[in-house]
Amino acid sequence: MAWNEPGNKDPWGGGNRGNDGPPDLDEALKSLQKKLSGIFGGGGGGSNGSGGSGGINSTIVMVVLIIAACAYFIAGAAVVNEQERAVVLRLGVYSDTKGAGFRWNPPLIDTVFTENVTKVRNWTTTEQMLTEDLNIVDIKLSVQYVIDDARNFVLNVRDPQSSLRQAANSALRHVVGSTEMHDVLTQGRGKVAVEIQVRLQKYLNDYETGILIDKVNIEDSNPPVEVQSAFDDVIKAREDEERYKNQAEAYSRGVIPEAKGRAQRVIEEATAYKAQVIAEADGEAQRFEYLLEEYKKAPVVTRQRLYLDALEEVMSKSSKIMVDVEGGNNMLYLPLDKIISNSGGGSSSAGNGRGLNPSDRDVIVNQVVEQLRREIATSTRRREGR
Amino acid sequence: MSPRAIFLLVVSVVAVFIAANSAYVVNEFQRGVLLRLGKVIDNDLRPGLHFKAPFVDNIRKFDARILTLDARPERFLTVEKKSMMVDSYAKWRIIDVGKFYTATNGEEDRAQRLLAQRISEGLRNEFANRSLQDVVSGERNQLMLDIADELNKFTQTSLGVEIVDVRVKKIDLPDEVREPVYSRMRAEREREAREHRAKGKEQSERIRADADRQQTIIKANAYRDSEFLRGEGDAKAAAIYAKAYKRDPEFYAFVRSLTAYKSTFSSKEDIMLLDPESDYFRYLNNSKGK
Repeated sequence: MAWNEPGNKDPWGGGNRGNDGPPDLDEALKSLQKKLSGIFGGGGGGSNGSGGSGGINSTIVMVVLIIAACAYFIAGAAVVNEQERAVVLRLGVYSDTKGAGFRWNPPLIDTVFTENVTKVRNWTTTEQMLTEDLNIVDIKLSVQYVIDDARNFVLNVRDPQSSLRQAANSALRHVVGSTEMHDVLTQGRGKVAVEIQVRLQKYLNDYETGILIDKVNIEDSNPPVEVQSAFDDVIKAREDEERYKNQAEAYSRGVIPEAKGRAQRVIEEATAYKAQVIAEADGEAQRFEYLLEEYKKAPVVTRQRLYLDALEEVMSKSSKIMVDVEGGNNMLYLPLDKIISNSGGGSSSAGNGRGLNPSDRDVIVNQVVEQLRREIATSTRRREGR
Repeated sequence: MSPRAIFLLVVSVVAVFIAANSAYVVNEFQRGVLLRLGKVIDNDLRPGLHFKAPFVDNIRKFDARILTLDARPERFLTVEKKSMMVDSYAKWRIIDVGKFYTATNGEEDRAQRLLAQRISEGLRNEFANRSLQDVVSGERNQLMLDIADELNKFTQTSLGVEIVDVRVKKIDLPDEVREPVYSRMRAEREREAREHRAKGKEQSERIRADADRQQTIIKANAYRDSEFLRGEGDAKAAAIYAKAYKRDPEFYAFVRSLTAYKSTFSSKEDIMLLDPESDYFRYLNNSKGK
């Protein structure tokens, strides 16, 4: 510290000391000089010649002594920081624990140990261990601690920090050894950490190390690398489970509304059908009734008219062959298939009757009619000839 | 320099030398024994400033703090003959310096060796009586207390040493046993994974089956309802028809037949062979209608 060095001004009440200190010191020095010269100079008191050299000697001795005294004073002075505590042993016996501020302890008489008591120290370890169900887990543990009692820390245990490490290892294994793997790896981690802290603090209190555990954290807990893949697979399997479920949900969500929609369509169609048939029936029935009324007024004519209208329509739409043959004794041969195939072969490759176009059909019809006429003509001639 | 001064100097030097040889300090964390010509005359020096006869007396100081004995990992067998690697440590402290000095000649290392043997023996005995499960989880506390008690009986009387605590740091399976443990762990995980997947499939199957069931029921219900509706429609239509047509069934048959003829012979493909004698051709050959 700068103000402890010789030549620097004393920061504590320099004004007062400046007035009082030096005169006291001067007087003390003067009396010391007198005594010393009494001892050393007394021997040579008789010879005046050596008086001068005796004065020089005593001056040197005095300077040496002053320097020694200063060095002694400085060696014993120190400042204890706010964060620190100083444990003082006076002649080997514990005397005091000093807090923040200036302290002076005479060297050789007092022994001083200074420790930082507010700094949070951290210790981390990664260990592999057995759980209660005899599985192996890897755990990363960190312990944060402060030196709570400097006296105990200094005086009770040799190497308290290694004691902490050993105790932490023991507590860690004890707690993990009484916990199942599942808890260690998942939701039980916080609880495990708390138990370790309690147990570790108890050990340290038993040893009176003066260490206070601030916090125990399980930073990481994993299954060993050798089985990691199997554990990962479980996570994947869990995802798969969800996936299967979701896929099925999706299927269900897709299929049911569709079915409902289709059902609705079926019902709508049926409703439509119902409305349709009823309406049609209504219409047709009404039409019939109207017609019937008129029919009743003039039955013969109406009947005749309806009949002829209908037949006209029928006749005009369909192909027809008139067979003007008398009686049923004549065999009439109509080679329809031949007619159809002839005309088909002549016009196109499509030989069957179904694919006939209207012109083909007309050709066929004409041929048929001609044939019939010829046959009729011959039969009448024969009849006439008979 | 005068003879008197020289004399004074010599006297003071001798005085300082004697003082340095007779005064000594025992620190707070130390205990000591005072030996006069090798014989213990004070076996418990407390902390503080003490004096002894120079040259004749000798002092030995020992660390009175709690010391740590960290033994090497050792292999022990449990009751079911399973072997384990066990790493332990012990906390101990010198409580009777006189005894400690006489028993070990004041050598900490020697004391540590003695203790290590004892502890190892104690652990071996305790492990041999317990199952692996007990050692790992259940009875650790009791195990440690037992060993400490057992050891204290001996050490306090013969070594002047108190065992504060014996703790097991590590209980590990030997390397050759690890692989079976790993494969067991893997098998357990596989079981769990398979269970999850199977459960997922089960759920999936349930949900799908339920969906299919609902689908079928919806379809069937819709079919039923539609048939009801169609039937109703048909019935109503039939009633309407019947109501109208029964007023003149013969005329209905006539009209309906005509409609049917119209619709059946509606295309040129329908070829009709006609007899000119039919009613339709009544006037075809004969204007009088014969």
